[in-house]
Amino acid sequence: MIDMHAVMIIAVAAIVTELIRFAPFVIFGDKRKTPEFITYLGKVLPYAIMGMLVVFCLKGISLVEAPHGLPELLSGALVVLLHIWKRNTLLSIIGGTACYMLFINFVF
Amino acid sequence: MNDKNVRSTVIRRAFKDTIPVMSGYLVLGIGFGVVLASRGYGVFWAMAMSVFIFAGSMQYVAIDLITGGVGLVATALTTLAVNARHLFYGLSMIEKYKGTKKKPFLIFALTDETYSLVCNDAAIRDVEDKNGYYFWVSLLDYSYWVTGSVLGSLIGAVIPFDMTGVDFSLTALFLTVFVEQWLSTKNHLAAITGVAASVICLVIFGSDNFLIPAMILITFALMMMRGREGITND
Repeated sequence: MIDMHAVMIIAVAAIVTELIRFAPFVIFGDKRKTPEFITYLGKVLPYAIMGMLVVFCLKGISLVEAPHGLPELLSGALVVLLHIWKRNTLLSIIGGTACYMLFINFVF
Repeated sequence: MNDKNVRSTVIRRAFKDTIPVMSGYLVLGIGFGVVLASRGYGVFWAMAMSVFIFAGSMQYVAIDLITGGVGLVATALTTLAVNARHLFYGLSMIEKYKGTKKKPFLIFALTDETYSLVCNDAAIRDVEDKNGYYFWVSLLDYSYWVTGSVLGSLIGAVIPFDMTGVDFSLTALFLTVFVEQWLSTKNHLAAITGVAASVICLVIFGSDNFLIPAMILITFALMMMRGREGITND
């Protein structure tokens, strides 16, 4: 029995993703001038959205109950420090993830 | 040079430039396949999602949407929120992709990483066949991602040790991009707005419902700040 709900979720995610990717070409493909507020949002949204996604990923942790979100916060701090130090995306991601896996499997 | 030489040159160049993307996509793709398999959705699902959605962060989020039984409207809005940034990649590629033969595929495959390569005029000034370069970079990146997620799904099922926690790679990815943006800009008002608005909405609406209010609040706050000096980091 195929999980039809999962199929629908994938279909919606695929269609909306491609609507987003195609929209600029369809709407502004004929050299009409881009509205200024769109240009502005295009410049500032990427910074804000990354901040939002970080919060989205950490939304499940509880600061009150043990381990008080320590695996996430410490591993996250390692990612930030590694990236400030080396600015190598892959190294930062692998280092932080390895640290997190060690924490939740062996420490906390 | 004859046509065949031009073609093999552009393929080799595209491969060389996409090596960093290959390592990233393989690791994150494998991570995606492993997490998806650990939630009971095997290789068929991993391949279908990577082939049809081809948006890394959205696919990670989609795992939670699928297993959390989230509705289709919320799925559409979440996709919109997570992928809205792609609107602005398209805006800057309209001119360059004009008249290319494989334009629909180029647009379909315009991810963050592909964009970072094809938009870089200075780096590819010496590339003769620009359209060929756009195509091969897009196709290679696409194949890395699909390969990674299929591998992860297959390996995840037989892997002898505990892979719990590998999904932290997503958090790490966003953190890395966030830090990279922070380090390469002077004005951090937009970044701070994103974090602050999200935390406020998380406290008010709870972890299951905060994303859409956060998007609205962020857009509203950013529109209020429009015209502030330096906010766009131009």
